[in-house]
Amino acid sequence: MNKVVVAMSGGVDSSVAAALLKEQGYDVVGMMLRLWSEPGKEDSNRCCTPDSMAQARRVAAKLDIPFYVIDAKDVFHNTVVQYFLDGYARGETPNPCLICNRQIRWTFLLDHALALGAEFMATGHYVRIKRTEDGKSELLRAVDRSKDQSYVLHVLNQEKLKHALFPVGDYTKPEIRQIAEKYGLPTATRKDSQDLCFLAGEDYRNFLQRNAAEMLQEGEIVTLDGRVLGRHNGLANYTIGQRKGLGVASPVPLYVITKQAVSNTVVVGTLDQLGSRALTAHDVNWVGGEAPRESFRAEVKIRYTAREAEAVVTPVNNGEQVRVRFDAPQRDITAGQAAVFYQGDVMIGGGIIV
Amino acid sequence: MIYLDYSATTPVDSRVVDAMSPYFSTSFGNPSSIHRYGQIAEAAIDSARESVASILNCAPDEIIFTSCGSESDNLAIRGAAYAMREKTGAKWILASRAEHPAVTKTLLHLEKYEGFLIEWLDVNERGMVTSEIVSKAICGDTAIVSVMYANNEIGTINPIKEIAQLCRSNQILFHTDAVQAAAYLPLDVQVLGIDMMSLGAHKFYGPKGVGALYVRKGTPLISHLTGGGQEFNLRAGTQNVPYIVGLAEALRLTNEEREQRADHVRPLRDKIIGTVLETIPDSQLTGDLESRLPHHASFVFQNMDGNLLLTLLDAAGFACSSGSACKTGNPEPSEVMNAIGISRAWGLGSLRVTLGVHTTPADVDAFLKVLPDLVMKARMLNVKGQVAR
Repeated sequence: MNKVVVAMSGGVDSSVAAALLKEQGYDVVGMMLRLWSEPGKEDSNRCCTPDSMAQARRVAAKLDIPFYVIDAKDVFHNTVVQYFLDGYARGETPNPCLICNRQIRWTFLLDHALALGAEFMATGHYVRIKRTEDGKSELLRAVDRSKDQSYVLHVLNQEKLKHALFPVGDYTKPEIRQIAEKYGLPTATRKDSQDLCFLAGEDYRNFLQRNAAEMLQEGEIVTLDGRVLGRHNGLANYTIGQRKGLGVASPVPLYVITKQAVSNTVVVGTLDQLGSRALTAHDVNWVGGEAPRESFRAEVKIRYTAREAEAVVTPVNNGEQVRVRFDAPQRDITAGQAAVFYQGDVMIGGGIIV
Repeated sequence: MIYLDYSATTPVDSRVVDAMSPYFSTSFGNPSSIHRYGQIAEAAIDSARESVASILNCAPDEIIFTSCGSESDNLAIRGAAYAMREKTGAKWILASRAEHPAVTKTLLHLEKYEGFLIEWLDVNERGMVTSEIVSKAICGDTAIVSVMYANNEIGTINPIKEIAQLCRSNQILFHTDAVQAAAYLPLDVQVLGIDMMSLGAHKFYGPKGVGALYVRKGTPLISHLTGGGQEFNLRAGTQNVPYIVGLAEALRLTNEEREQRADHVRPLRDKIIGTVLETIPDSQLTGDLESRLPHHASFVFQNMDGNLLLTLLDAAGFACSSGSACKTGNPEPSEVMNAIGISRAWGLGSLRVTLGVHTTPADVDAFLKVLPDLVMKARMLNVKGQVAR
């Protein structure tokens, strides 16, 4: 029997993933990571609190599968949380879930799963994996487009994908909830969680205030041609494309165009100055393993919640970077977020916007 | 699956189950009832009490049945502390740093909420409380000394006969937690010279949920669970007749088979200790090598997460435990590790392997075959975890 470790969070998706795999005849083992949380806030983290751990343990007991907890506090803090802080320090808007998926789930946890003798690791991500005739793995968007999580998995390479299983991606969310109820899993009615897991349910700005106050230094708000319009209360408090809360008097609406870390300035402009047709992304991962030689058309997502936009993607520097040229201007191209390219349902790859 | 965690708990001997059965359905009466049902139930616990008393070499009314070893510890320590304070004003309690949490937490409670003063006796690097250490610490104001007969984490057997003598000559009450020791060590309370002794059935092939406390006649003790006056007014609550019968039967069998059980496990334990120290680099035995429970092997492995090793072992089919085990994946080295001077780099990597009647030489060989590899894997994962970036 094939042994698979299911990464469990106590939530309905990973619970159902475990149930489905057991149904399919796999030898299933449940595993959960003890992640980092701020001292004193262990109970309020969205993921991996003692409470959600108890939940996951119950699910494992109901499915009659072994369940283990692995300590990942230090490695999580040193990679994911640190990446988050470093990103803001650079004036970017980082997406730490990308690092968590690559380094924590699909490296650290995968290593543990393999050490246990498992051939596969599964998560409750809404994504599909397809094995092609030439022994490769393709990542496809989930059947339920509204829940599709392929975006955060663009960091996975063939080496990791050959061990991956994603049972949930073939179902819609309502179907998943039904399956949970069918199995009597205690997670059937839990609300979906959206925000960063280590923020303990708080605003990310409070977190930065407590852990990296130096990033919330006041600075100037300037126009594209350098005119000072006002003061900002810390670069991390602003996002690209933001209109409200600028505190600047202006006859026309102004939007945050970019954030300059070096000069600690927020650059604002009008709506037509906001849009851009192009971006560059680095740290690109090509899911198929090799960068295409030539430009190709793709639907590109520039943040997790964004709609895909038609564009031409040009690999640069042997595919380590890409230049993306959109058919229509995009409003909030944000450094630190990922640009992920799709062709139909297939995810070709992605990189971090500079 | 191969079970190597007998110090955590043991399976109930089928002879014990047989002895218990009638008291669930046929002879189910409440021992306090006047009628025949009650009389039969009472007779059962009286017989159980006599049986336990004869093994401990004490009078039946010196045995109190409780729900577990932890409750026995609580009753002994709280009960004697309040009584001694009332009687003589003495309010110092001495206990070793390596006691079971049922003793240490109780003492911390007494300190915080009741104004008792606790002094913690050091243990040597092999976890032993010597009588020198005790004699240095006792004074006129000492009410009670509590030192465990044998340590659950590291297997060390303490010289409680000497400590008891020391306490006796200073008119100080001496309690010993014998929960771990009872499976293998002699329990004659006159020979040992102790005032109170805690037992828990599930460590010697009896059921979980029943324990006993020996209290020498004349020992001041104030009850903990108050109510219907059962157990000589010292422990209220309708007695758990079948389980008490079970405890007595399990203890009887343990007493009879003590030698042969020890002879069975000792060579297997020695093989484990010898092989581990030989084949696994950066490994140490914890606890005393000679003055040690015959079934107990415990180690620390440097630079490794003990929890993770247990997970790998379980996945490989071996059930063991660890001093720093924590189900929520948030491990810290145990107090005992700190008390014997083990540093954090070693203390987080503890492993306890304890054997029992069902352990076979083949089990031990299979275990020794996989352990070195799994320790290596756990070490590698530890390193990877630190450099993932």
